[in-house]
Amino acid sequence: MKISAWGNYPSVDTRLLLPSSFNSAEGLLSDCSSVIPRGLGRSYGDSSLSSEMLDSKLLNRFMSFDADTGMVTCEAGVSLADILEVFVPKGWFLPVTPGTKFVTIGGAIASDVHGKNHHCEGSFSDHVDSIVIATGSQGVVQCSRTQHSELFYATCGGMGLTGMVLAATFKLRPINSSYINETVVKAKNLAHALELLEKYESTTYSVAWIDCLSTGENLGRSILMVGEHSEQGALKAGKKSLLNIPVKLPGFLLNQFSIQAFNFLYYHKVLKEYSEHHIHYEPFFYPLDGIHNWNNMYGKGGFTQYQFVIPKAAGLDGMTEILDRIAQSKRGSFLAVLKTFGKGNDNYLSFPMEGYTLALDFKIDSKLFPLLDELDKIVLKHGGRLYLTKDVRMSEDMFKSSYPHWEQFVKIKQQYDEQGIFSSLQSKRLGI
Amino acid sequence: MKNVLIFGATSAIAEATAREYALKGCNLFLVARNTEKLETIATDLKVRGATDTAYAQLDINELQQHQSILELANSKWGDIDLVLIAHGTLPDQQACEASVEQSLDEIKTNALSTISLLTLLGNQFEQRKSGAIAVITSVAGDRGRQSNYVYGSAKAMVSTFLSGLRNRLAKSNVQVLDIKPGFVDTPMTAEFDKGPLWAQPQDIAKAIVKSVEKNRNIAYAPFFWWGIMMIIRNIPEFIFKKLKL
Repeated sequence: MKISAWGNYPSVDTRLLLPSSFNSAEGLLSDCSSVIPRGLGRSYGDSSLSSEMLDSKLLNRFMSFDADTGMVTCEAGVSLADILEVFVPKGWFLPVTPGTKFVTIGGAIASDVHGKNHHCEGSFSDHVDSIVIATGSQGVVQCSRTQHSELFYATCGGMGLTGMVLAATFKLRPINSSYINETVVKAKNLAHALELLEKYESTTYSVAWIDCLSTGENLGRSILMVGEHSEQGALKAGKKSLLNIPVKLPGFLLNQFSIQAFNFLYYHKVLKEYSEHHIHYEPFFYPLDGIHNWNNMYGKGGFTQYQFVIPKAAGLDGMTEILDRIAQSKRGSFLAVLKTFGKGNDNYLSFPMEGYTLALDFKIDSKLFPLLDELDKIVLKHGGRLYLTKDVRMSEDMFKSSYPHWEQFVKIKQQYDEQGIFSSLQSKRLGI
Repeated sequence: MKNVLIFGATSAIAEATAREYALKGCNLFLVARNTEKLETIATDLKVRGATDTAYAQLDINELQQHQSILELANSKWGDIDLVLIAHGTLPDQQACEASVEQSLDEIKTNALSTISLLTLLGNQFEQRKSGAIAVITSVAGDRGRQSNYVYGSAKAMVSTFLSGLRNRLAKSNVQVLDIKPGFVDTPMTAEFDKGPLWAQPQDIAKAIVKSVEKNRNIAYAPFFWWGIMMIIRNIPEFIFKKLKL
């Protein structure tokens, strides 16, 4: 069957393998030569694409829960949406969540996803206690920070290349309400936005939407949204959304003008410089989950998300240089999201490092990749790197110069996958 | 619904339905062949919120066991409020055409075993004058088609039986629900190419829960199959017999 990931580009022919138990995963692996695990297919580029695909769909059961500590163990195919549905009514929330709840636990670990609370809580794997993984040559292994620790650090953020995560144990955070006390502040420009992010450093959740088409002294004007779990309001999970984009829309609908108009309206829709709201966690964390298959908006050619991080020291200068270059290209991004990262962790390939991260969506066409190559150079110059989960085109050089622990990663991968059966289009492109 | 009993509890639709009832805090009694899978599912349902779970191993074609399983389930937390019968196989139509034995085996699994259960349940629920019996049949039972008429006729037998049972039990305040799913993306249909008409087991599960709540009699799932089958049922036979369906 033909598959692609969230960006609808590229697509490949793949043989679908559906393990329904730990044993069957091991059995299926014995017959594989170039396989990659996959959950809900929300990584954007080619990191979950290969000629053989181990789908975690049937591994979707909870295994245990300790109501005293919030420690939960579940199979890899359980999604964040499942966890919210089951645990929000009981007073528990995800320790870290990305901007969509339609990712699996296996995927959250393999991408070591981060959320709006990275500056306070780190990334997802920082809350993971242990992992059960089917490896290429060492069978099913349980790993943690004390047991097969190298495999643990390679698997968290390891893009599924060390094996297929079968189950994991991680800790939920207690909540008293499913609502968020949100504060929305408008920032005139980039310097103002970074200043505000700093000001709200001790607030658990923070993120800024940037209008990346404004220029001059408005460059980087944004809307900052910060929040804390509320103590007021009921404990109830979100409702299922009914909106859907069932088919790929014509690509021309998204162009310089429509994007500029959207960005203008989005910025001016917030009238007050400062406002406070009491909102459900669903629109606060998952605004886009309200529209199923929103990726089809970008048409047949697909799209990519360019997400980079640069160290704090490079902050304003680096960000300005990159935003300038993007504004100059007139290739706006519908959604440009800016956020502060706290300290990175010990995983070999995890993306976050202390500094600022910016994520931009771009429709794919012939002029895009040369622009992104240019941006790569600026990112690299400032000591930054790109998020593998969003990447579809970075060069091997770019990867190897920006991920300093890649060689250790490869060594550990080889130890647990002697025949090298785990690989993706991305891992081949990046030479790992 | 407080106490729920499920036959064929390891099937995808049954499991998805069990999860819905677990979220509501029901007691769930699961019956299927594979105890290892039953245990995994029971544990999962407990975490999801089931007040209590229990399971029993049964090969559905061992009809003489049915009575004792029902007694066991009713003794666990008191009377069962809802029974969901969800077991079934998807026969290889061509293999059935070539073998009388296989055809009859499939009819036994998909129809006779269910009728055995329904006969016992019908008497119990009639006496008790409450409760709901929900059975998963199929849109395939609405009209025989060359591609799967062994399966279709087994499901049709169950649907007709349910219709009669409903007529009888209506006086006793017992709901008899016939659920007719269309194409569902489950391990049973893993080999098929999936188009836009395909539904997920969770969709069917939600439809089942809603239909039980609303005291419905027959529920196509998803609902649009009602329209599709209405058309298919009304094609004149002299045309229908020439179609490749």
